[in-house]
Amino acid sequence: MSEEGMRRVTAIQNGTIIDHVPAGSSLKVLGMLGLLDSRSTPISLAMNVPSKKLDRKDVMKVEDRELTQEELDRLAIIAPNASVSIIRDYRVAEKRSVVLGDELLNVARCSFSNCIMNNPREPLPHRILVHSRNPLELRCAYCGKTQSVDDIVNHLI
Amino acid sequence: MSGLITVDDLTNEEILSILDDAERMLPIARGEIHLPILAGKVLANLFFEPSTRTRMSFETAMKRLGGSVLNLGDVSNSSVVKGETLYDTMQMMDGYADIAVIRHPRQGAARYSSNAVKIPVINAGDGAGHHPTQTLLDLFTIRSCHGTLEGLNVALVGDLRYGRTVHSLSEALARFGCSLTFISPTSLTMPREIISDLLNSGISIEETGDLHGSIENVDVIYMTRIQKERFPDDDEYHKVAGVFKLNRSDLSSAKKDMIIMHPLPRVDEISPDVDSTIHAKYFEQAFYGVVARMSLLCRLLGVSVPEVNQ
Repeated sequence: MSEEGMRRVTAIQNGTIIDHVPAGSSLKVLGMLGLLDSRSTPISLAMNVPSKKLDRKDVMKVEDRELTQEELDRLAIIAPNASVSIIRDYRVAEKRSVVLGDELLNVARCSFSNCIMNNPREPLPHRILVHSRNPLELRCAYCGKTQSVDDIVNHLI
Repeated sequence: MSGLITVDDLTNEEILSILDDAERMLPIARGEIHLPILAGKVLANLFFEPSTRTRMSFETAMKRLGGSVLNLGDVSNSSVVKGETLYDTMQMMDGYADIAVIRHPRQGAARYSSNAVKIPVINAGDGAGHHPTQTLLDLFTIRSCHGTLEGLNVALVGDLRYGRTVHSLSEALARFGCSLTFISPTSLTMPREIISDLLNSGISIEETGDLHGSIENVDVIYMTRIQKERFPDDDEYHKVAGVFKLNRSDLSSAKKDMIIMHPLPRVDEISPDVDSTIHAKYFEQAFYGVVARMSLLCRLLGVSVPEVNQ
């Protein structure tokens, strides 16, 4: 994490720091992590912080929670260049990167109302495929409909 | 090949090979030759939506080749009304049949079904998604009439938004280098996903609302019905119903070998006075559904089609 970003938010004893999030995207990131409705996890945000790499960026600190690699990989569709630090006793114990795989498995339901996966009793996994990476295009593996990042955030499982 | 859900499951070579086999099977489809190469095989016909041609041509195809057919029948008489999931229904088919054909109102149902079972699954239409076996018979018709699939100018007309036949066909035609003209009301244009894929394939596409201005330039006019059953309300349907109609008198400027196709059923988009013109191929097209599906069934069941001597 850059010194600039570090100075703007309080140091945490234990938890996860997510740096180099595209400016203005941190609420979507919280949504992807299912943290928007959390009332028990302390979270600090710095938004639109000057950044050499991104010009402007968001930085997030999630206290007392080490995000799993699977959770972090969800971020790849919003913040593909995010860098993640796991903090233990005020020190960086581990660095992790987010990886955009070929599909999002059981992360979100298809947003298309007539997709077969909108029958909640159907037991096969929800699969969103990464159809193209640049520009990013996501499609339901079953019905083929394009899913925006907002669609994903609004249909998280 | 473990099934056929979209035309992407087939290479161009596989498509041409299926069409070649289909051509050899014409005498069998006409009942002139008995060739029971699928004897002992069972096809499950699972139609969760109405169908005349697709269901019956699959059944005819299987029976002409000596196989048997299980029909789900009226959905209201099946366990679907008791709340059975598609997954559970498909597990039964895995035990009862060697191959399954599914038509379902929900998009993605065929891909889902193929992921649920070991037997090959054929998509016979999933909501407004895809209908790849219709594409095989469409391509067969085009090749029979024009002698090639390559480099043709094809106009697809009508309900391009909800029309699953045109979704599959346009993707296949693009792979053979055809130029496509999409003619539809603005509320029923081709889905953006498909336009994006077609443009990426490098072909020429034109979108217009003018049918009659396009007639003289094209080799194929593929008419489709505005599908009332796909509209969320009647008002939206009536705004666009009947906007495209072909009459005999509209065809005076058409190329001599231009063909008119339709996946059927038609409502009023092709006048009956077109039926007797040299351009009308839609009934022939429907018959070709038998050979196209015979050929596909053999391919998916691992049975090679022998040379057929008349």
